[in-house]
Amino acid sequence: MEISGIIYSINGPVVKVSGSREFKMYDQVFVGNERLIGEVIGIGERHTVVQVYENTTGLKVGEPVVSGQKSMSVILAPGILGGIFDGIERPLKVIEQQSGAFIARGLQVDLLDKKKQWQVEVLARAGDKVFGGTVVAQTPETPQIMHKIMVPCHISGMVKTVAPSGAYTITDTIATVEDDSGKTYDIRLMQEWPIRIPRPYKSRVNVRRPLMTGQRVIDTLFPLAKGGTAAVPGGFGTGKTMTQHQLAKWSDADIIVYIGCGERGNEMTQVLEEFTSLVDPRSGNSLMDRTTLIANTSNMPVAAREASIYTGITLAEYYRDMGYHVAIMADSTSRWAEALREISGRLEEMPAEEGFPAYLSSRLAAFYERAGYVNNLNGSEGSITIIGAVSPQGGDFSEPVTQNTKRFVRAFLALDRMLAYSRHYPAINWLTSYSEYVSEVRHWYEDNVDYRFMDYRTRIIAVLQEEANLNEIVKLIGADVLPDDQKLILEIARVIRTGFLQQNAYHASDTFVPVKKQFLMMDMILRLYDRAKTVVLRNIPIAQLVATGIFDEVVAIKYTVDNDSLDKFDEFRQKIDDACGKVIADNEVIRR
Amino acid sequence: MNVEYLGLKSISGSLVVVEGIRDASFEEIVEIKTTDGEERMGKIIELAEDYAVVQVYEGTRALSLTNTVTRLTGRPMEVGVSKEILGRVFDGAGRPIDGLGKIFADKYLDVNGKPMNPVSREYPRNYIQTGVSAIDGLTTLIRGQKLPIFSGNGLPHDELAMQIATQAKIEGADNDNFAIIFCAMGVSNDVADYFRTSFEKNGVLQRVVMFLNLSNDPVGERIITPRCALTVAEYLAFEHNMHILVIMTDMTSYAEALREISSSQNEIPSRKGFPGYLYSDLASMYERAGMLNRGTGSITQIPILSMPNDDITHPIPDLTGYITEGQIVLERNLYQKGIYPPVSILPSLSRLMKDGIGEGFTRKDHPDVANQLFAAYSNVQEVRSLASVIGEDELGDTDKKYLQFGRALENELIAQARDENRDIGQTLDLGWQLLKILPREELSRMDTKILDEFYPA
Ligand SMILES: Nc1ncnc2c1ncn2[C@@H]1O[C@H](COP(=O)(O)OP(=O)(O)O)[C@@H](O)[C@H]1O
Ligand SMILES: [Mg+2]
Repeated sequence: MEISGIIYSINGPVVKVSGSREFKMYDQVFVGNERLIGEVIGIGERHTVVQVYENTTGLKVGEPVVSGQKSMSVILAPGILGGIFDGIERPLKVIEQQSGAFIARGLQVDLLDKKKQWQVEVLARAGDKVFGGTVVAQTPETPQIMHKIMVPCHISGMVKTVAPSGAYTITDTIATVEDDSGKTYDIRLMQEWPIRIPRPYKSRVNVRRPLMTGQRVIDTLFPLAKGGTAAVPGGFGTGKTMTQHQLAKWSDADIIVYIGCGERGNEMTQVLEEFTSLVDPRSGNSLMDRTTLIANTSNMPVAAREASIYTGITLAEYYRDMGYHVAIMADSTSRWAEALREISGRLEEMPAEEGFPAYLSSRLAAFYERAGYVNNLNGSEGSITIIGAVSPQGGDFSEPVTQNTKRFVRAFLALDRMLAYSRHYPAINWLTSYSEYVSEVRHWYEDNVDYRFMDYRTRIIAVLQEEANLNEIVKLIGADVLPDDQKLILEIARVIRTGFLQQNAYHASDTFVPVKKQFLMMDMILRLYDRAKTVVLRNIPIAQLVATGIFDEVVAIKYTVDNDSLDKFDEFRQKIDDACGKVIADNEVIRR
Repeated sequence: MNVEYLGLKSISGSLVVVEGIRDASFEEIVEIKTTDGEERMGKIIELAEDYAVVQVYEGTRALSLTNTVTRLTGRPMEVGVSKEILGRVFDGAGRPIDGLGKIFADKYLDVNGKPMNPVSREYPRNYIQTGVSAIDGLTTLIRGQKLPIFSGNGLPHDELAMQIATQAKIEGADNDNFAIIFCAMGVSNDVADYFRTSFEKNGVLQRVVMFLNLSNDPVGERIITPRCALTVAEYLAFEHNMHILVIMTDMTSYAEALREISSSQNEIPSRKGFPGYLYSDLASMYERAGMLNRGTGSITQIPILSMPNDDITHPIPDLTGYITEGQIVLERNLYQKGIYPPVSILPSLSRLMKDGIGEGFTRKDHPDVANQLFAAYSNVQEVRSLASVIGEDELGDTDKKYLQFGRALENELIAQARDENRDIGQTLDLGWQLLKILPREELSRMDTKILDEFYPA
């Protein structure tokens, strides 16, 4: 039976509907004669409140509103990877074919290609016991990713029939399953899932593996964990988007879901272009083969911005269920929060801080809660790592979105305007950032990179901390009058900052650095520090050692030692020893 | 459909409520006639079964509950476009005010436009030489970019915008396919005149379209002025493959107009009284810059805004910076030192620069020179603050060189005459000249190969 009402009022993306009391919360609806897509977000005594995912200009009071009779959902099937979708999973390339370079309204497009044939290998046999999540078939979605066709979560029973392996579209049935009550279900390549409900898993597992990113300041100082959460807050121009792009390109996740939430159109174009041509260093395939993009740019309808975050995380959960490690980037979660605020304002809800609704914090919590390292229903292990950019107004971290986000994430990569101004990139402030994952991933580093890794990390942080303290004095009296052991700390800190923490995303080899090389770079810096201390102990001015150019050589290691010729570090070890040895020897001669 | 509705239910600020309207559509334009024959225009910004809230563009002065007749037009706000529009002057709502009569429109377009599909965009890569060293060298402008000037009252943003407009060399653009659209929002008559006479002096007036909502023009109209301008820009760029430079000034007046309307609707404000949707609203204009992967036209935007109190964290520059592809920040301190253009290079940024400079675009040393100049100049700031404590004489040798470098950078690279047009080679050579003030070891941001070639040991 059709459920429909008529438009009672229109206020931006918020439409009130009268004439039916049958609408259900969060159901998808079609609004007006053009059938714009919307979602029920409130039900009052007299009206049902709908948020519309398309521009409402031109709607009239009295036009029909029809319920889709299901929650706002996405389609899960092969065809997601390599694509770019709007906030409610409509493919932007198909939209382009229908409406040209500018996005029209009221388009009727399939969420995923229903005509494309996929080469499917059917794995299930008649008589198999299956339940939600069981893999019954697979198809290579891209050269890199095997897409597992799983039994939808609510179905369990016995496989009655199976189709032979072969070419199928996503709507074709490849198996039928009969449950205990004798009801049969068709299993297709596609299933649907409501975006606001987390997909189930068997159990959570403690995080223990780092998400390697190839970015030194992250991997070494503030490691991320597979299944963990991180926020990247920063004022405009500090490098949030660059950081997110770098992680999307180089992190060792199997799948990347990149949500451009209320940001620039050109940035999405750039990702699309770059990722298509860039080669994944691990697989040798195009980076787009493991990536899907969700784009609700800042000029696209604001209600769909609110949904884009949920669309993205639902896609991520689907690949997690297949046993993949998924990383999801949301740039920027602040725009999502602002979308919430705008809708809330139009509903005349009572605002909490800065006009944001009181439920901002619970929504943020619920979103980050969808990250995690889990045992899937089908027994495989998978994870979702969420990395959310935060765009605080005025660059002020005390605002509500940053503060609330901080409560729910365990890694905080604080971007610093002053560092960005001086073009220290990535502008991640080493004093205010943190990662709570250090103790969890410690063993991984010690077992897989070097047993000294975390000790080195501690020493590096200590030098930076000492530098910060010394800088307080230097500001007042200058560095020239400091004793030599303190001058040495400043010099080593400079090497760490410019040679190690600074990393040029545009440099062919520096853009991504294997963790082994990161370790060796630390090893060189600390070796130089230790040897230089012996120089200072002999009361030799540190300036003499600086004059040999060895500090600058260590700074330049990031450019002079290729990522795949790590044996060159032996030479450097020797160079450091020689430089220090020579300075000491020269002074001995003079003294004698 | 010529139904007329007599009278109003209420009036507040620039908003009126009309009762009993039938068959109206959301954001439709209505005409309001007063009994003494004056006609005004408004837009339906909220619509319900029994009433419509209308924002009156020309304001509500002298309107009463009984002296009006309201008529629906059945259309959203539209502007008539044609190629003949070049050289013409319009008011803030797109009506000709140059006495040259009506435009014979090729077609009428909704001023709100539609969002550009990200898959249809062409990522901007071609650099525009402006002849201004601080921009070309350090915050390079790219064709299709939106690069605002963050300024303050009394700073020479208008001159700088004019200098850019005059000197801008867009490769492949000549007199036939290059045009400037000038959009004034709440600026004084003097400012509008300055632009008009300068365009005239430079002999480009025939390639300019002007939309003028001046400071004494209706505030409500200010909301549509940039949209009219950008609609014309899109038409010329994407239907006639032209290269369009849009100068929009002053975005601060625009945002304040938006705030005024929002508060008269009793909306919940976010920061400093501005509505929560200021970001999306600004984005709906800034995002209309760009290029398409079909056709060769482009829209480059140079919005100008005055930062209230010179405060870059104020919501208007802040939200602008979050959307635009960088910013050129002017600084009062430099201007007081007599430096024109007073571009404060550290907070200035061109996000698209990286893909449009270097080998094959400008010169291969460009990225390194720019990086190193930024880094060295940021060190200058530290040395200066140290010098202010311990005195310049107490500084070490290297620090003294930094001070010298800083002064030279400001006086020789950033500063230039208002009609001085430097090509990119000159700018970069000048950069090297300055960097050579510093010892070679200090240039740690440079690739060693570039350094060896341009600054041999
Ligand atoms: N890791 C990096 N390497 C080189 N340049 C960077 C890096 N991070 C940021 N930048 C520079 O800073 C600019 C702004 O970065 P972006 O990520 O767009 O900032 P945000 O998203 O915070 O506004 C970039 O256009 C680029 O020039
Ligand atoms: Mg960004």
